[in-house]
Amino acid sequence: MRGWGFPAACAAVVVAGLAFTELADNPYYFNAAYVILQALIMAVAWNILGGFTGYVNFGSAAFFAVGAYTSIALLKAAAVPLPLLILAAALVCGLIGLGVGYLTLRLKGVYFAIATLAMGIVLETLINNWSYVGGAKGTAILTPDKHLWFDSYSEMLFMVMLLLALGSVAVSRTLSSSRLGRGLAAIRDDEVAAECSGVPTLRLKLVSTTVMGAMMGAAGAPYPYFVSYVDPLSAFNLFIAVNSIAMPMIGGTAHWAGPVVGALLVGSAQEVITVTISSELNVLLVGIMLVLFITLAPQGIVGLVRKHWKKRA
Amino acid sequence: MSALLQVAGLAKRFGGFTALEGIALDVAPGERLGLIGPNGSGKTTLINCISGALYNDEGRIAFEGRDITRLPPFQRARLGIARSFQIPKPFRSLTVLDNLRVPLEYAARTRSAHRRAEDEAMRVLESMGLAARAHQDSAGLTQVDMRKLELARAMAAHPRLLISDEAMAGLSGAEVDEVLEILFKLNAAGITIIMIEHIMQAVMRFSQRVVCLDAGRIICEGTPEQTVANADVQRAYLGA
Repeated sequence: MRGWGFPAACAAVVVAGLAFTELADNPYYFNAAYVILQALIMAVAWNILGGFTGYVNFGSAAFFAVGAYTSIALLKAAAVPLPLLILAAALVCGLIGLGVGYLTLRLKGVYFAIATLAMGIVLETLINNWSYVGGAKGTAILTPDKHLWFDSYSEMLFMVMLLLALGSVAVSRTLSSSRLGRGLAAIRDDEVAAECSGVPTLRLKLVSTTVMGAMMGAAGAPYPYFVSYVDPLSAFNLFIAVNSIAMPMIGGTAHWAGPVVGALLVGSAQEVITVTISSELNVLLVGIMLVLFITLAPQGIVGLVRKHWKKRA
Repeated sequence: MSALLQVAGLAKRFGGFTALEGIALDVAPGERLGLIGPNGSGKTTLINCISGALYNDEGRIAFEGRDITRLPPFQRARLGIARSFQIPKPFRSLTVLDNLRVPLEYAARTRSAHRRAEDEAMRVLESMGLAARAHQDSAGLTQVDMRKLELARAMAAHPRLLISDEAMAGLSGAEVDEVLEILFKLNAAGITIIMIEHIMQAVMRFSQRVVCLDAGRIICEGTPEQTVANADVQRAYLGA
């Protein structure tokens, strides 16, 4: 996709989304689409640090939850409109991301992954003990009546998520083919060689963690409205973190399209299985797919397709 | 003539082990300096200190009269210090061409001609005889091409000082000549070169001056002939 291809595709997706809200009646579709899009943003965000830069973040759920709880804290204080909630969550989680970025100074590989996991536990404990946002027993958020021209609030939330998802894909795509993206790839491949080639590795890693954090926070911001009841256990759910890693891995981490493909595929499969078989089985599905892809196709789906094209060329 | 690189009183310790001590070294602009010494004598540690991959514990390093002792490596690269690695460290997920775009877009950004990085990278690859490999994955290169890529990537940084760390290790005689040829060409274009090498024949041919390290100290410094004739060098390195 070059030139106008990508913007045109984005516009087409927005139009299709709007048509979908007009045509579909069953509210389940919007719930399912919301869940898939939320996972897609998380996967795209994870991939900016995990795929492009090579630092594995196990604490994605914490960024997501802090995004959600930023919304809750603001809503407890005043009737803050949704766009502002998203911005605030992105800001707060961007700052946490910046802090995580400084961890990369001392921690690499598996130690960095453990540190992000630990950060999630610390943040969860904090929220558990913060009674203003409901503490461990959680808090209920009333979904507002106003929903622009849409038939229901969940339809509007779906469109909000669609726009956020397109935005994060656009950021990730721009990043991957830019000078910054090549700098990140150099860091992933060899940090010492990157530094000796003039790449300011710390600065780039900080950009990477901050962008990742902000995106994940934005993905979590509308969550309280979506579920109308949030407790730390559901917001900090490990499954969110696992999905954010599994989806890019299955789709392919080297290319911006990887997490998109992975999230759409795995997310849809999870929804179908939840509805038709059981909600427990979809956890198993992710596990099995992850094992299969890591052993058989470590480059993911996008990697397989590109290899195939190269052979034909 | 003022030196391009000045190293004074440099020391580097790893815990209780002294890797370098009291190193004083001036490199003149345009010089070809050979750095020899037995394994573990501190050659690579010295260039790690010069390029910034390691920080020295004592002493001062100046480049073009500017103190760079505490500068991070990426800023030294931007000033014009480039190096190749003893064990090639290509950016494995990038193509050969994109490997060169990284230093062109970062290290040489403020200093290179305002040409497109891609064209410039191609020009460097052509001069290294790697043009045919431009769009291949760098991870799949042969040993000699990998070594050439190391040099090409260092060159793409538009260096004033190029430090080549055993660029010829494991290469055949003809391939050594090929790499030497490239280094001579770079030097003729005005780039100062420090060459670390175990292949004595290459060191003798290439260097105007040779410095020999042993156990973290400079034991001899002089023309290649003087150095080879030196009794300490023979005892420590060459074997009498």
